[in-house]
Order: sequence, then C-alpha cells, then structure tokens
Amino acid sequence: MLVNRKLILAHFWFAFAVFGVALTLGAWQMFIRSPIGTWLSNPELYYRSLTAHGTVMGYVFPTLVAMGFGYAISESALEQRLVGVRWAWTGFWLIVLGSVMAMIPIALGRASVLYTFYPPLIGNLFYYLGVVLVVVGSWIWVALMSINLRVWRKAHPGATVPLAMYANVAGSYLWAWTAVGAALELLLQIIPVAAGLKNTIDAGLARIFFSWTLHAIVYFWLVPTYIAYYTIVPRAIGGRVYSDTMARIAFILFLVVAMPIGIHHTFADPQVGAGFKFIHSAFTALVALPTLLTVFTICASVEIAARLRGGRGMFGWIRALPWDNPMMLALAFSFVMLGFGGAGGLINMSYQLDASIHNTQWITGHFHLIFGGAIVIMYFAIAYDLWPHLTGRELIDLRLIRTQLWFWFVGMIVTTFPWHWVGILGMPRRMAYFDFGDPAIAPQALSVTFSAIGGFILLTSGIMFIVILARGMRAPQADAGAYRFAVAVHQPTTVPVALNTHALWVALMIALTITNYGYPILNLATTAGTSVPAVYVGAQ
Amino acid sequence: MSAEDTHRSVEVAARVERRWAAIAVIIIVGMALLAAFAGIHQATMPQPRVETTDPSRIHLSGEFVESNLGSVLETNGNVTVRAIGQQYSFTPACIVVPVDTPITLRATSADVVHGILIQGTNVNTMLVPGYVSEQLMRFTRTGDYLMPCQEFCSFGHEGMWGKVKVIDKTDFANRAKSGGRLSCVGQ
Ligand SMILES: [Cu+2]
Repeated sequence: MLVNRKLILAHFWFAFAVFGVALTLGAWQMFIRSPIGTWLSNPELYYRSLTAHGTVMGYVFPTLVAMGFGYAISESALEQRLVGVRWAWTGFWLIVLGSVMAMIPIALGRASVLYTFYPPLIGNLFYYLGVVLVVVGSWIWVALMSINLRVWRKAHPGATVPLAMYANVAGSYLWAWTAVGAALELLLQIIPVAAGLKNTIDAGLARIFFSWTLHAIVYFWLVPTYIAYYTIVPRAIGGRVYSDTMARIAFILFLVVAMPIGIHHTFADPQVGAGFKFIHSAFTALVALPTLLTVFTICASVEIAARLRGGRGMFGWIRALPWDNPMMLALAFSFVMLGFGGAGGLINMSYQLDASIHNTQWITGHFHLIFGGAIVIMYFAIAYDLWPHLTGRELIDLRLIRTQLWFWFVGMIVTTFPWHWVGILGMPRRMAYFDFGDPAIAPQALSVTFSAIGGFILLTSGIMFIVILARGMRAPQADAGAYRFAVAVHQPTTVPVALNTHALWVALMIALTITNYGYPILNLATTAGTSVPAVYVGAQ
Repeated sequence: MSAEDTHRSVEVAARVERRWAAIAVIIIVGMALLAAFAGIHQATMPQPRVETTDPSRIHLSGEFVESNLGSVLETNGNVTVRAIGQQYSFTPACIVVPVDTPITLRATSADVVHGILIQGTNVNTMLVPGYVSEQLMRFTRTGDYLMPCQEFCSFGHEGMWGKVKVIDKTDFANRAKSGGRLSCVGQ
C-alpha cells in the first residue's frame, strides 16, 4: 500500500539529481588530477568541487534515499497510511533549502573545508547552517518513523513488527544518535567561530566529536542496502529469507556496535591516548560481525532460490540463479565490492596496519568501494524495484538496466583498485594535482590515469541510471500490484520482545557511546590551552 | 512438508546459523588478540601521552622555536627530530637522519591540521594544532624519501612536500660534532 507516492518520488528524484551533479564533479576531479588533464592551474576550484562532492555524497544523497525508502517501507510493510505527511514534506523542504544554502558558499569558494570541516579551518557560516538544516530535516523523518511504528503497534497489540520496518526504525535511531557528534561540533564549536562570536577553537576536540559521527554514518548509509539484501532480493529472485531472527540480530548489532568505534579515524592523532585507540580498534573488529552474519544469511537465501529453480550440487546451484534478473546482478556486484572493501576495512581497523595507509589514497579507495560501490549499487536496485510501484508504470529496459549495473561495477573496480595501489606507495589523498615529472611520483601516473578512466565509466553509468528512471516515468501504465517484502523460510510466529522492540538496544547504544567517548571528550574539554586561532577560508 | 519435517528443518537452520556465528566470533576475537599482541609484544602501540602546546607561542619560546628544529644527536646515541608544519610547508623542509638508529620524531602544527607521511615507511602521523605528535622511527636503508603533508590544509595543500635524507651513521656523527640542529635544507 503506497499512498504518498509523490512524497517518496520527490525524495528519490532530488537525491538522484544531486547525485548526478556530485558524480560529474567527482569524474572531473579525477580527470584534472590525472596526467591526462593537467591544464588546471587553480587548485582552489578543485577543493570547491571536492567539498561539494563530499557534502552531497556524504550528507544529502544517502539521507534522502534512506528517507524516501523509509517512507515506502512504513506504508507498505505496515500497510498503513503514513502518519504526519505534512511533517514529512516539511523535512523534505528543509533538506532542499539546506542543500541550496550550503552549496552557494561552496560554489563561491568561501567554504572549501571539505565535508569533514577541518577546524581550525573555518568556512562561511551559511555552509554550516545548510548542513544543520539537512540534519534537522532528517531528524523529522526519524521522529516520523518512530511515531508510525507506535501507531501501528497500538492497532496491532503484540504483533511482530515486519522485518523491513524493524530494520528501518533501527537505522533511523542509529542516524539520530550518530548525527549528535557532528551536531555538537557544529553548534558548540564551529558555528560560534564562523559567526564571529569566538575566534579560537579546540581542533583536537572537534576531531573527536566528528569521529563520533564519521563512522556510524557509514552504517546509516548501509542500512537501506542491508534492508534490500534481506527483504527485497530474496523476493525479487524467487527465494526466501533464510532466517528472520538472524536478520533482526544483524540490524540491532549495527545499532549497538557501529556507534562507539569512530576513534579509529584518529589512530594517528596526538590528542587521544593509546588506550582508547585500542578499545575502538577492538570494537571496530566487532562491527564485522553483523556483516559476516549477513553474508551467510543472504548467500543461504539466494541458494534457496537457486534450489527452487532446480539448482543442484555443492556449487552447481550458482548456475541456476536468475542472472538476467537485475536484482541478482546488483546483489552479486554489491557482495564482491563489499568483500574487497571489507577486507580493506579489516586492515584499516588495525592500528599497526593503518599506519602504512592512513590518509593515503588507499582510504579513498576503501570507502568508495564500500559506499560508492556496495551501497550505492543497491540504492540503484531499490529504485528499480520501487519505481513501478511509485509511477504505476513498468520499467521495460531490462537490458539497459543490466548494462548500467555492469558499468557501475566495472567503473568502481577500475577506479578504486589503482587507488589502493598508489595508497600503498604512499600517495596522499585530497590533493589537487601531482607533479608527475618528479621521478619519485612518475610511477604512479599510470594508476592515476586508470582511476580517471574508471571515473568516466561511473559517470556513464550514472547518466544511464537517470535516463532509465526518467523513461520509466513515461512508460505505458501497468499495475505493479501491492509492494511486498520477502518472507522467511520459517516465518516467525512469535519473536522475543528484545527482537521486536528497540528500547533496550538504543539504551545500550547510548551507554556504549558514553563509555567509549565520555572520557576522551571530557578530558579534552577540560584540558586548558588547547584552543587555537581559527583560520578563515577565503578571507585573505 | 509435514509438521515434523518443518520442525527438523528449523532445527537444522538454527544449528548451521549458530555454527556460522561461532566462526564469525572466533575470527573477530582472533583479530583483536593479534592487534593486542602486536601492540604489546612488538611495541607498536600509539603515542601513550597527550601533550599540548600553544601554536601562537611556538615561534617565541619552548621546544619548537626555530633554532631548535631539525635533528639532534642525543648523548645516548639516539636521534631526536623536531619539526613543525604550517600552511604550506614543513620546517625543516628537508630532514636529515642517520640509518639504523632509533629516532624520535616530535612535531606539531603552527596553524591548521596537517599530516606527516614518509613514503615507503610506516611513519604516518597527524599534526593537530595545540598538540604534540610523537612518533618513533628507524630507517634500514639510506636514501631520499618523500614526505608529503597527508591532510588537507587548505588551498596550497598539494604543494606541501617535505623530504627525508637518510645518511650513513658516521657521516651523521661527523656533522653533529659541530653541535646545533641539523637539516639537509640547502645542501
Ligand atoms: Cu598541510
């Protein structure tokens, strides 16, 4: 039951429009920093572009996808009209307003601080206010997801919450809490300085606040992808979810252990002692658990589909999978990229191994493989799956959809593998250009060129994606029926209270955050003399 | 499927799941133990102490005044290197150190966040204004190493490249005889 289709479509279209812009900027950046496009003499333009790319890809695009998908899940899984539609539109317009407000100072070169802000670098006030509006808009969604679930519970006392909605609400809580870190940094530290009320800032403390947000935000981006793995893919390829319980456990593990690990971003920082770095390293290892569980459960779910289609043998069933089904293709690509990206992540989580690749192009390769690769390819799949239900029209270009997914996969590999390689060689990230004439850097030229080619393959894929959706808006009308989610092999009749509610896990998430961040933050906040003069961007 | 079959298949599913979960947990605990072992046994833990310094005063007094930057041979034969990063260079821009010697790098930033990375080594640390970064290092072969700033520090970031020159031990000792702080800038 999808009633508020316009609301959901508005979220998706705005998300994909800004995604298209940011993708173009990304390809351009790779081109001008490669040996094939060294004509740019003004690195300032590069950092403007990088700030816009990161801000859109990090904050605006995934948030809107999660929100649009969340509204769709709420209506179709709960089979209940969305409560608070007017609020939902308010949240949407706040995000549109915030995005525009942030982009203007970026375009003018007054906020080239990248999406990670980098205090004591301070950009234009309106950039930060724009980001705050985006976050506030998304918090309205968090509240609405919670309220809608509560309304449904009242109407269905004691009933099991559908898996998709259970996961969706867990993801929204994760986001609400992880955004608090950056919100504290912005409201307590950066915005007072950007507004001219103060002129010093504690950069070390700001980095800790930001690390609070910076890792769990990745899991917020990941949740829609995992919801698609569990509740869309098995249905789309004619299989079943292997285990409903395991799925719930995976989502609550994300909720609990994705939060208190962000200090692994500051392994090389001087303002945190060794003890908390080790604790965060161990917790980072723990967050591999829900992914390991998911890989198993999804492979088993897919195997069920293959065996139902007559697949046999230890590995013979793989051939029986519906490989021409875009959803199957997207899942396979997503898993391959998740595998490589996850292996890289295990290297990053270790303090000792991290030292050899910290802040190099390896890191860029790693998170593009996870976010741009494994996660975004499933956003495409979600859009393809939902589109007929949102538009009342059929997507008929199956061959084009498959080509688009292939391009994205190949483009992502061609882009990120060379990045990993030059990262090992010690190439730093976030640089506008390199002097490839230097004999010590010259050997990296070929790898950088490959990445730039990968960027254009990705851009081609992005354009195809938008064309497919746009053509889908004008295809012949067809009734797609009710939007359904995959069912488990053994649908649970009763679920333990702990796996049907969130309160316990939210409490645990908050408690773990406080134990893992409380002391470092308190310690830095009470150490005197660590505030340093702000350096205003573009003020010279 | 009969009720009994269903019951059996639920059990099989649960058992397989439990096994997989156990394997996953073992992998994770193993990784954490490896990290702890490497940290304690190989002494590769991060900097234990948090030290602060006021960036607006480092040019005037204390450890990071200009005359104290560069390499110094300590009485115990170890070497200490002091350096600062600022938009958009390191001081000294070229660090000279002896091969096969325990070296302590102490560095900070005079303005925004920078990073020091010595290519081809595991030397990699952030420079956060207000804090002192300390890193232990040791080079096993002589030669020139590139030392880019690895953290975005505004518009001139891509031009911020330092150098490390690793020289023979006796050469270094000879140069250190005259006292003062050594660097390879201008050589
Ligand atoms: Cu720098």
